[in-house]
Amino acid sequence: MTIQFNNETFRDDYSFRNSDWAIKRFPFPFHEDSYMYSVNMEQHRGGPEGSVYEKRFDVDEHYLSEMQDRAIVLAEDPLRCQSLPHMTLAGWDTLELIMVSKSEDYPELFELHRDGNRWRWVNKPMKIDHTFTFLDETTLPCGPLEYITRQTQGDFAVLDQRDEMLWMDAGMVTTQADWSLDFDIGMNFFEWHAPVPLAHEMGIFKRALKFLLNVQQGAPARRLNWTMTVNPLLDTSPENYHKWGIQKTTLTPENIGAKQHLRVELQTFFRLPRSNALLFPIRCYLIAFQDIVTVPKWGRRLHRVVRDLPEELATYKGFIANRPVMLDYLSQYDDGLPTSPGVWPDLETEPPLAK
Amino acid sequence: MSAAPQKAKAGAEKIAVTVSAVVPLNDLVTRFEFKRTDGAEFPPFSAGAHTVVEMQDGDRTRLNPYSLMSDPADRSIYAISVRRDDQGRGGSLFMHQKVKVGDAMTLTYPVNLFSLDLRAKKHVFFAGGIGITPFKAMIAQLEQSNGNWELHYACRTPALGTYADELTNAYPNKVHVYYDDQNQVIPLEDLLDGQPLGTHVYVCGPTGMIDWVHATAAAHGWPSENVHSEEFLAPQPGKPFEVRLCQSDITIQVGEHESLLEAMERCGVDAPFLCRGGACGQCETDVVEAEGDFVHRDHWLDDEDHASGKKIMPCVSRFVGKTLVLDR
Repeated sequence: MTIQFNNETFRDDYSFRNSDWAIKRFPFPFHEDSYMYSVNMEQHRGGPEGSVYEKRFDVDEHYLSEMQDRAIVLAEDPLRCQSLPHMTLAGWDTLELIMVSKSEDYPELFELHRDGNRWRWVNKPMKIDHTFTFLDETTLPCGPLEYITRQTQGDFAVLDQRDEMLWMDAGMVTTQADWSLDFDIGMNFFEWHAPVPLAHEMGIFKRALKFLLNVQQGAPARRLNWTMTVNPLLDTSPENYHKWGIQKTTLTPENIGAKQHLRVELQTFFRLPRSNALLFPIRCYLIAFQDIVTVPKWGRRLHRVVRDLPEELATYKGFIANRPVMLDYLSQYDDGLPTSPGVWPDLETEPPLAK
Repeated sequence: MSAAPQKAKAGAEKIAVTVSAVVPLNDLVTRFEFKRTDGAEFPPFSAGAHTVVEMQDGDRTRLNPYSLMSDPADRSIYAISVRRDDQGRGGSLFMHQKVKVGDAMTLTYPVNLFSLDLRAKKHVFFAGGIGITPFKAMIAQLEQSNGNWELHYACRTPALGTYADELTNAYPNKVHVYYDDQNQVIPLEDLLDGQPLGTHVYVCGPTGMIDWVHATAAAHGWPSENVHSEEFLAPQPGKPFEVRLCQSDITIQVGEHESLLEAMERCGVDAPFLCRGGACGQCETDVVEAEGDFVHRDHWLDDEDHASGKKIMPCVSRFVGKTLVLDR
């Protein structure tokens, strides 16, 4: 299908909206009526047609607006994109992976023409037509990682692998759930996960690290993570907490359906071939509560998950104070009927709301 | 999440290839070059990576890891160099005696357990014999990025100095070859002394050489993170033994000349693996019950794990005794 790109904002007047198409393909993260951490990895090799899992790098109706928002963030804070000196090759790896994937997966939007190291990249939605020399930084307007991730939705952490450990040595991070690349740069896997509650005691990170060190070329993996965001903000960074944190106090029973968003990250993991680094794209999808509850199964389930979530997790995810008002709203959409297993909306088979 | 759950198969992804050249280099070593059967380019790889070659030897499937030694920038071929081991388990003999140009074979995607540390200000390589192969790819990669490197290469004789002349001619100031039959020895202590800060050393060769470089570097105060090595062990023959696999609910016999991993595969168990040489950790298996002695040969588990009797690496380790039950 042809994607109609929205003209919308993720700040100030918050004109961000999901179309019916975007609501139905939203990556709802709860496969059952409760939630606890797990290393919920699966292979990233496609998925049902039209779903966000189908392509290696999903492009949707928010593409152009998300790229404009990224440009605004970078203009105000260039340290959102960093690459330690030894990570340049991994940046080229990232550029190659994305250009090859997008041109193969979306031939009507992106083209890549290669003649040896002479490459021509055409990005039709962004009106870019650029010829450069692969592996020669002087032929790009900025580093290869910055160049391609200014044209690709989602944040990108590029992890060097050394001494049986992963190191946060490069990245492009402008749509993050309250973490900072500038703070984490150069840290190892356990260091940058130190603030997460409960999971360390559960041995989650040891198992996750072991899995990630073994992600091999040609066999990418994926998982989902989630949190809550008031107003459709992409940039919920610690650097700008003074701007967005206060907005969490503006929720009322009247505005919660429009203002409160479920924020889901589709995290994928690719072994980069030339550098042996690990690319960790973190793609953020936002959906307003009033849109989630148009899918009866999701309305029922979200109420149960939010209600039963352990207090530590609700605190860490930053919505403990708003949980009562969220539950008041969501309980209207939970009639107590059972829900079908799995993440899909099941609109044809699940009963409509019975209250 | 389960958007489209698929169980991962054991081992890395595979590539169908056709043997495009068989080049004898000396009495012991032959180079094999492969093209993709579908005519496409190979995936790029990072120097130091290996591939697992699948050999169909009659009824038997042999899977042996070899370092990729072609230029990583050349995506038209993958190449390996194989040293014939007349006393070995037969994989290298199969390559030398049976494999011909035009044969169809299967390789895995590259897996790198011996990568360059790209932070290094300088890379110093120590190769012994066929251990030269990963350094061929590393040198090609560093030459393209103007990397700072030098090679110290020990061979038995000039006649058996695989790639020694080629490398010396191409990089006369960076390559230093030492011949055993001329009583030449790598002056390791001198070389470790006085390297610039930020130098990394890499060693690939016989066990004794690897241990020697690690021990000497440690004694000279080198941080262990700056000393890298790779050694693939071949499984060694041993007395046959019986194993109970409780998840699969079968009891299998491990023959004298096969590894525990190979016996599992022969019996249809899809056990995880990558390197098949005791280095990557992928096949680590929990021991449920054991009455007897383990013969641990891997580089993955530490001494404590080996002593605990709770874990085994079935690609290279064996068991002697009455009962062994594994969680597989």
